[in-house]
Amino acid sequence: MVFHKINLTVNDEYEEMVVPSNMTLLQMLREKMALTGTKNGCSAGECGACTVLMNGEPVNSCMVLAVECNAATIITVEGLARDKQLDPVQEAVIAAGGVQCGFCTPGILMSSRALLNRNPDPDEKEIAEALVGNLCRCTGYARIIRAIKEAARMKPGTSALSATD
Amino acid sequence: MSLDAHPGLPEFEYVKPETLAEASQFLAAHRGEARPFVGGTDVFVRMRDGVWSDRYLVDIKCLGDLNKIAFEPLRGLVIGAAVNMNRVIAFQAVREKYSVLAEAAESCASYQLRTRATIVGNICNASPAGDTIGVCLLLDGILDVHGTDGMREEPLGSFFLGPGKTSLRPGDIVTSIRLPAPPKGLAGRYIKHGRNKISDLAIVGVTVVGCPRIDQASGYRIRLALASVAPVPLVVDEVEAILSSKKIDAKGIAEAAQAAMSACDPIDDVRGSARYRRLMVRNLSIKALTDVWEQLRK
Repeated sequence: MVFHKINLTVNDEYEEMVVPSNMTLLQMLREKMALTGTKNGCSAGECGACTVLMNGEPVNSCMVLAVECNAATIITVEGLARDKQLDPVQEAVIAAGGVQCGFCTPGILMSSRALLNRNPDPDEKEIAEALVGNLCRCTGYARIIRAIKEAARMKPGTSALSATD
Repeated sequence: MSLDAHPGLPEFEYVKPETLAEASQFLAAHRGEARPFVGGTDVFVRMRDGVWSDRYLVDIKCLGDLNKIAFEPLRGLVIGAAVNMNRVIAFQAVREKYSVLAEAAESCASYQLRTRATIVGNICNASPAGDTIGVCLLLDGILDVHGTDGMREEPLGSFFLGPGKTSLRPGDIVTSIRLPAPPKGLAGRYIKHGRNKISDLAIVGVTVVGCPRIDQASGYRIRLALASVAPVPLVVDEVEAILSSKKIDAKGIAEAAQAAMSACDPIDDVRGSARYRRLMVRNLSIKALTDVWEQLRK
């Protein structure tokens, strides 16, 4: 087994890790960093439950090797909130009732944040296309799509549902 | 095939060479046990499923000009092997001059998979179902290949030998695909027929490109390629012959679609029967040819 030393930034924290060749980014996040918000659904790049942002772009973390993340910047669902303030996509999904079992939610939130970063005012079709790789078997997507439209209208920190201590 | 719902990746050694020469030498020296990879969207799945068990995975995505995409009016489009599909789709010259390539790439998987997936990877994987292969074939794509003897060109037309089989030799690395300058008035359409509207593999894929051509009796050159209905991505030359030889009308398009159906050689699998695929080839060929024909007449 060959190990590699890597440096990366995860949720604004600088990290030095030693990882085996065959460890995925998903395994590193969950098993070595205890960031278990990122979920393991299919391990094959189909379900999107493991979606995180790598250098600002969404990836399936089950389909990226940890060693490939040397010098990368990773944001997981744990890193979406800033200064105890939820991201608008988090607030809007909660407010709209877009969470049922919750397993797909972290991936949905990361894909939605990435969508709003590249397209601040998406229509319903664009939202649905951005979520093609995030399978949800509970909600039927209607409330999630409504929430993301709502999040696009919100500025960070302007929701009634802001986090408190 | 593993029955474990969440198999990890099997043991292998990650190798990251500094130069293309070093990468080609390593791959040639470890013939049969080393594989180049960029996004891993096909490689990791096969490794997890136990279909492939390479000892070395060679990360080539930071080498040479692999991350470069460029367009020049006379030379055409060059897409580096490590340029991901989302970058290709967003590239202005692709949207303006090769929009059918963007259309085909957008039908692949999901946005986050396309952050990792590449056009060259889609080609080298050599799946008969590859969504972006048809348009690259019809636009006379040429691969730049780095081997142990240095660089060479491989026309895409003779690249595919069978499912997953290509003319690449041990040590070869495809560094880019080049699409010649687009013909004037290029129109195109990719119709992907999957089990759901988007993201699944194609049951049948039909790519059509066309352009005005005064040297043809019909005044147009229209070509058609098929995905998922033969051991290799299939260009149906009869379609071009039929639609070049006489004035194009609905009857000629139906005749061309019939020729496409006769040329394909599909199999039964979990996504559809051979008979269903044949019928879909005919119907979707009519749809795609009519669509391109209407674009050209505008």
